[in-house]
Amino acid sequence: MPTIIVEVMPKAELLDPQGKAVTGALTRLGKSQFTGVRIGKRFELTVDGPVDDALLAEVKTLADDMLANTVIEDVISISVLDEGSR
Amino acid sequence: MRIGVVTFPGSLDDRDAQRAVRLAGAEPVALWHGDHDLNGVDALVLPGGFSYGDYLRCGAIAARSPIMSEVIDAANAGMPVLGICNGFQILVEAHLLPGGLIRNDHGDFVCRDQVLRVENTSTDWSNGFSEGEEIVIPLKNGEGGFIADQETLDRLEGEGRVVFRYVDVNPNGSLNNIAGISNERGNVVGLMPHPEHATEEGFGPDTSLAMRSGVDGLTFFTSAISALVSR
Repeated sequence: MPTIIVEVMPKAELLDPQGKAVTGALTRLGKSQFTGVRIGKRFELTVDGPVDDALLAEVKTLADDMLANTVIEDVISISVLDEGSR
Repeated sequence: MRIGVVTFPGSLDDRDAQRAVRLAGAEPVALWHGDHDLNGVDALVLPGGFSYGDYLRCGAIAARSPIMSEVIDAANAGMPVLGICNGFQILVEAHLLPGGLIRNDHGDFVCRDQVLRVENTSTDWSNGFSEGEEIVIPLKNGEGGFIADQETLDRLEGEGRVVFRYVDVNPNGSLNNIAGISNERGNVVGLMPHPEHATEEGFGPDTSLAMRSGVDGLTFFTSAISALVSR
């Protein structure tokens, strides 16, 4: 079944407390080469039928209206997972 | 006077809000998220809690509940609507109030008796306070950091729509120390602190007079009743 991937990240200008906590943990582990971590979300939408432009347009609308809150987050990418890769 | 309290899956303070409504002198009406019916109420409270376990984003799934289409229509028609904590997050996700609420800047859940300054006494939920009055209201949240872009912040400040502001301590990193805001008309108000937890002596925050004697939250509910009576 085709899978559509939607990736959402907190806006770059906002503090990301989760990412900050992980950055702190990495520093404590001595991994100081990693100077920053930001944490976002990945949605995998499975569909029965074929993925066409109309469906992708629908996903785009859904991503902006519901999957992300564009006040605090950005939709980074919408892509179709290659069926052969999984 | 009948004030509805909507229960969503994961609401926690719906019964407390009903009790606050009763203590203020109105009749509480329990409403269910899955219905398309406001049961003829005169005002609405969206209570605190963790609807849908805060999945997706706090309030995001609840904001798309069946009853929210009626809530949005009623709010746009001028019905007094108060969103408390998760209720505030639901109002923001439903676009009835601007901005967003994100994880506290320090990363921790916070629970404290919080001093607020009342900055707008013309809304349906704050008309019983005096301008600049400082009140103590319990606050408990993990994702209460209010944010908005600069243009929105400027508009909220310029139009006097910051109704409540944190005093002494900013508990969650909210921009401009914002604790609660209103819509343009002043009938929809949302805030992170919990006025329903400061409505009866013996159960409220401590005051200089006696332990747990704080009842500043009661004025939110009596304000809505006054607003309705004067219409």
